[in-house]
Amino acid sequence: MNAFLERLQNNRNALGLLFMLPAGALLLVFLTYPLALGTWLGFTDAKIGRPGQWVGLENFAFLFGDSVARLSLFNTIFYTAVASVLKFALGLWLALLLNRHLPFKAFIRAIVLLPFIVPTALSAIAFWWLYDAQFSVLSWTLQRLGLIDRYIDFLGDPWLARGSVIAANVWRGVPFVAICLLAGLQTISPSLYEAAALDGASDWQKFRHVTLPLLTPIIAVVMTFSVLFTFTDFQLIYVLTRGGPLNATHLMATLSFQRAIPGGSLGEGAALATAMVPFLLAAILFSYFGLQRRAWQQGGKD
Amino acid sequence: MSAAAGAEKATDTQGMGYLESLPRRWVTLYIPLGVFLFVLLFPFYWMAMTAFKPNEELVSRAANPFWIESPTLAHFHKLLFQTAYPQWMWNTILVSVVSTIASIVASVLAAYAIERLRFRGSKPTGLAIFLAYLVPPSILFIPLATIVFNLGLFDTRWALILTYPTFLVPFCTWLLMGYFRSIPFELEECALIDGASRWQILTKIVLPLAVPGLISAGIFAFTLSWNEFIYALTFISSSEVKTVPVGVVTELVEGDVYHWGSLMAGALLGSLPVAILYSFFVEHYVAGMTGAVKE
Repeated sequence: MNAFLERLQNNRNALGLLFMLPAGALLLVFLTYPLALGTWLGFTDAKIGRPGQWVGLENFAFLFGDSVARLSLFNTIFYTAVASVLKFALGLWLALLLNRHLPFKAFIRAIVLLPFIVPTALSAIAFWWLYDAQFSVLSWTLQRLGLIDRYIDFLGDPWLARGSVIAANVWRGVPFVAICLLAGLQTISPSLYEAAALDGASDWQKFRHVTLPLLTPIIAVVMTFSVLFTFTDFQLIYVLTRGGPLNATHLMATLSFQRAIPGGSLGEGAALATAMVPFLLAAILFSYFGLQRRAWQQGGKD
Repeated sequence: MSAAAGAEKATDTQGMGYLESLPRRWVTLYIPLGVFLFVLLFPFYWMAMTAFKPNEELVSRAANPFWIESPTLAHFHKLLFQTAYPQWMWNTILVSVVSTIASIVASVLAAYAIERLRFRGSKPTGLAIFLAYLVPPSILFIPLATIVFNLGLFDTRWALILTYPTFLVPFCTWLLMGYFRSIPFELEECALIDGASRWQILTKIVLPLAVPGLISAGIFAFTLSWNEFIYALTFISSSEVKTVPVGVVTELVEGDVYHWGSLMAGALLGSLPVAILYSFFVEHYVAGMTGAVKE
């Protein structure tokens, strides 16, 4: 027995396998297997409590003909595109502000991240109350300022509702983007800015030709994460609108939940979830190759 | 790089800051920053205001909504004594703590194996771990629900304790791999020469040096599991086993009459534990968040 242990000690492959066992087994059973099972379910007519039969592309054909599913695809792309652009622009701006010399800098940075810390479902409830049709404090303020004469029904009108959920998503995402980009900004050497200033560069030129190129790798990673999380967002929509009004805010994730769990059509829900995968892969590959090109331009190895 | 050193460096970039006039600083820095802070923090102020406000004031359009005439604890009282809120809180704590600890243990072993044992296939394994981190729960919850059901775990805390590590383990492993990489190889070589076993090296040399990384991973994993929503919503149906986010959203909303006071009190109390934990470990949390992105 001791000899066996001794041998195990010195064999890095056997020891490595042993060390990988807990994490590996867990991820295989609860991540890899469900991923495959989910794809398979998408090609079956499984219902809750009844294992499905293989139906080929029937679910996908049905979803393609389903106007609600097509609308959810449009909503998801619109939601992701608008929210990501806003999160990037505002996040970068906030990061640049926080990178300057400030009193109470550490404290400000700490409280900026609060929206990202608290559970999304709970902060979404606060937004739900802020968007209330009858008692919204936003409407109250606008009315007192004389800008509107009737309370706004934020979540009642399709386009207003889309705007409102995007605003709530941006509110939560900006701190994440800002703090990550700030970490990137802090690694840029001050001497580069001094050199640029000596060459007579304006503030804009310093930003465009020093900050931005050096920040690009981290921007690519942060925005990939941001796009992935926004594209697959669920909680915010579930709490604020449950997909309403008139399915105007249904994302693919919320529709997939609605069809599969309350609706019982596991196959259809899984097909919707599977349909998200190509988009996610595209986002990952886009940022990966974008990054490589950048690294190559900056003289790194390819 | 520690965050503190980063902050010091950042002050250096302002070496030419004295060239900037005060009015210009107000327009380009203080005012925009003030607006950002106001927007980011206002929902919390509003949550707190609503939680302490009596119902009459909540529905009155005449009163100033930004202030409370007569603060009340009625909403908290209702929450703590007439709903299952304390039970949800306990469930959330239990599930978060157990799944975080389990994930950290599994991740330490995996990260050490990938980074330091360098077994055959460790490079692809590391990449697979990173890809696993990118798999979103929204595409896993349907197949996971059938697995949980078939295992007979549906509507139990075990369903959450076993599934939360699917997003915690990849994250923690990835983060810890970065920390282990920064520990000099030579320390381990010395220990090996002195006859230490791999297990002794891990527990007596690597882990003590990786304490900041362990705290970062732990704090971040704890808040991730505290905030988890879609698995808890799908795998749990009885009120006694719900977590705080799901309980507040599904049980405090009754019919068309929203009890805004107790909803906000529930949201406030549910956010408090993570906010307090965060306030003690801001630097570790930020290091964890940016560390996983930067690698």
